[in-house]
Amino acid sequence: MFTTRTLAALAAATALALSLAACSGAADAGTGTPAVDAATATSLSAFGDLAALEDAARAEGTLNVIALPRDWANYGAVLDAFSEKYPEITITEASPDASSAEEILAADNLAGQDTAPDVFDLGLAVALSSTDRFAPYQVATWAEIPDALKEASGLYTGDYGGYMAVGYDPDAVPAPKQLSDLLGDEYTGKVAINGDPTQAGAAFAAVGLATVQNEGTVGDFQAGIDFFGELNQAGNFVKIDPTPATIASGETPVVFDWDYLNVGYGSSLAGERNWEVVVFPGTGYAGYYNQAVNKDAPHPAAARLWQEFLYSDEGQNLWLAGGARPVRADAMEAAGTIDADLLAALPAAPAETVVPTEAESAAGAALVGEKWAAAVQ
Amino acid sequence: MSARSGPQLSSSRRGTAAAFGLLPFAAYVLLFLLLPTLIAVGTGFLDETGAFTLDTVAALANPVVLHAFASSFGLSALTAVVGAVVGAVACYGLLGAREHGPLRAVVDSLSGVLAQFGGVMLAFAFVATIGIQGLVTVILRDTFGIDIFADGVWLYELPGLVLPYIYFQVPLMIITFLPALQSLNPHWAEANATLGGNRTTYWFRIAFPVLAPAFLGSLLLLFANAFSSYATAAALTSQGSQIVPLQIRSALTSETLLGRENLAGALALGMILVMAVVMSGYSQLQARAARWQR
Repeated sequence: MFTTRTLAALAAATALALSLAACSGAADAGTGTPAVDAATATSLSAFGDLAALEDAARAEGTLNVIALPRDWANYGAVLDAFSEKYPEITITEASPDASSAEEILAADNLAGQDTAPDVFDLGLAVALSSTDRFAPYQVATWAEIPDALKEASGLYTGDYGGYMAVGYDPDAVPAPKQLSDLLGDEYTGKVAINGDPTQAGAAFAAVGLATVQNEGTVGDFQAGIDFFGELNQAGNFVKIDPTPATIASGETPVVFDWDYLNVGYGSSLAGERNWEVVVFPGTGYAGYYNQAVNKDAPHPAAARLWQEFLYSDEGQNLWLAGGARPVRADAMEAAGTIDADLLAALPAAPAETVVPTEAESAAGAALVGEKWAAAVQ
Repeated sequence: MSARSGPQLSSSRRGTAAAFGLLPFAAYVLLFLLLPTLIAVGTGFLDETGAFTLDTVAALANPVVLHAFASSFGLSALTAVVGAVVGAVACYGLLGAREHGPLRAVVDSLSGVLAQFGGVMLAFAFVATIGIQGLVTVILRDTFGIDIFADGVWLYELPGLVLPYIYFQVPLMIITFLPALQSLNPHWAEANATLGGNRTTYWFRIAFPVLAPAFLGSLLLLFANAFSSYATAAALTSQGSQIVPLQIRSALTSETLLGRENLAGALALGMILVMAVVMSGYSQLQARAARWQR
């Protein structure tokens, strides 16, 4: 492990020296169009219009994305649609299964190289702690994004989100009606969560859901930790990472995960295994991922064009097709541009919704770090 | 340059030439073992801004971290002892087979492969055989009415690591211990018989004392092997980061608990200290064992 890290550091250092020279050359390679410094553009107006941005991005010819699993929130279709629309721009997909923290690590390690990520898709905690790596950019549809889900200057912007939900195999277990049902004997050795909450955002949200469903508040995750402690005591907690493979084999018949991911498991296993998704009534726990542009993006115009594409009606509807709730959903519903069938197919939203603030998630993370390992062993 | 080549070099010049032969390996070790180790350990003494601090190393006293070290140590010790005993017995059994016969050849090469068969492949092999839907689990449950997971699914927790670890520990023991067992000189048994000893005196007064350093050395190697294993545990267990290598991963890649990258360096320092103690014990025992193997 140490070897890998240092190799990467060495490689980065060497490549930095090489690419510094390369970059200075590339910067002059204008194509006759009026020079726009894409790296400092904070909105479309810097380019003039979308067509000008498209030209600038085509001239760059490449877009580097990182940590976008093709089975996550329909990203496979999103990437393909972008490639089809802009065939001149090659998308390089790096480390699809990396965590948000690893995206930032990659940007640091590859800084200055033309393989560094251009754009990020990050959990809120990492987005909040990494703002010094981002270039502010406000997409054309900026006004339609709820203020609570974006950073005022456009350093990062909420993109899609969902509710923490439980997916289950109706042939293996009875349908859970509420969280406490999962403590019953029918669920012995059957309940998994997507990752370790001290590491993965989705697993952390599962503990958050258990907290608010057990009359706790997002300010104190103890109730949620206690719930999983009980689940473990009851012998119901399975501690393997659920994947489409473990779901297909029947190893993990009940999985806590974002509703859009659970819906995705169902559609990718259609015909192989039945998979239902339930968002428990009562208080729901929601979370949004965030887009950000790398301030040292090797392809600054392509990075911004990607943002415009994601926040266009087309991009937003593609996420919706993956079961995620796009950030412009309300505005698009009002304007009638959202795909109504897809919207109606989402699991029903609970009566009340909580999203933890930065301070609340930090406190929750600290508590989970301290208590989780002991609670579940 | 002339006919006066290698064999006629003076001994000191031959030493210099030999040192040149070592150069590629030395450079390799320096670049890919020593340097990364120093960098990893060095980060344990830095805070997030890059200034010197002892706070990160002090975080090793955190109960969660201490517990992970205890679990790692316990798991490694248990699987090393079981692996060493089972492996040694297997070696003894193999002594009965012809040295260049097919049985020895098969077991030798199989051990060589299986000793390296850790990681994701091994984890999934166990999921497929004794997972909840595993072949053996299902047969035991449906045919014999035995539910091995009646009290919860232990395979994906710390106890679940014991079987997979033993799976690669036993072959490693066979590889390292068989040469020692082969070096038992048959003349010693004859001398023992000539002097009026029986089988018991042969084993307890001669064979065990001669084999003890090699056995303990192999035991320590097995311990180190388990202590530094990462991939099997990472693929099999996902909750609680119960052993130190998983704690290091967590510190490096967590997207919920941020800013703990330097803790990974401190954890590495802790592991290196444990390994240094174990490996220096190993080399001392090897030195003793070598006296009997000339």
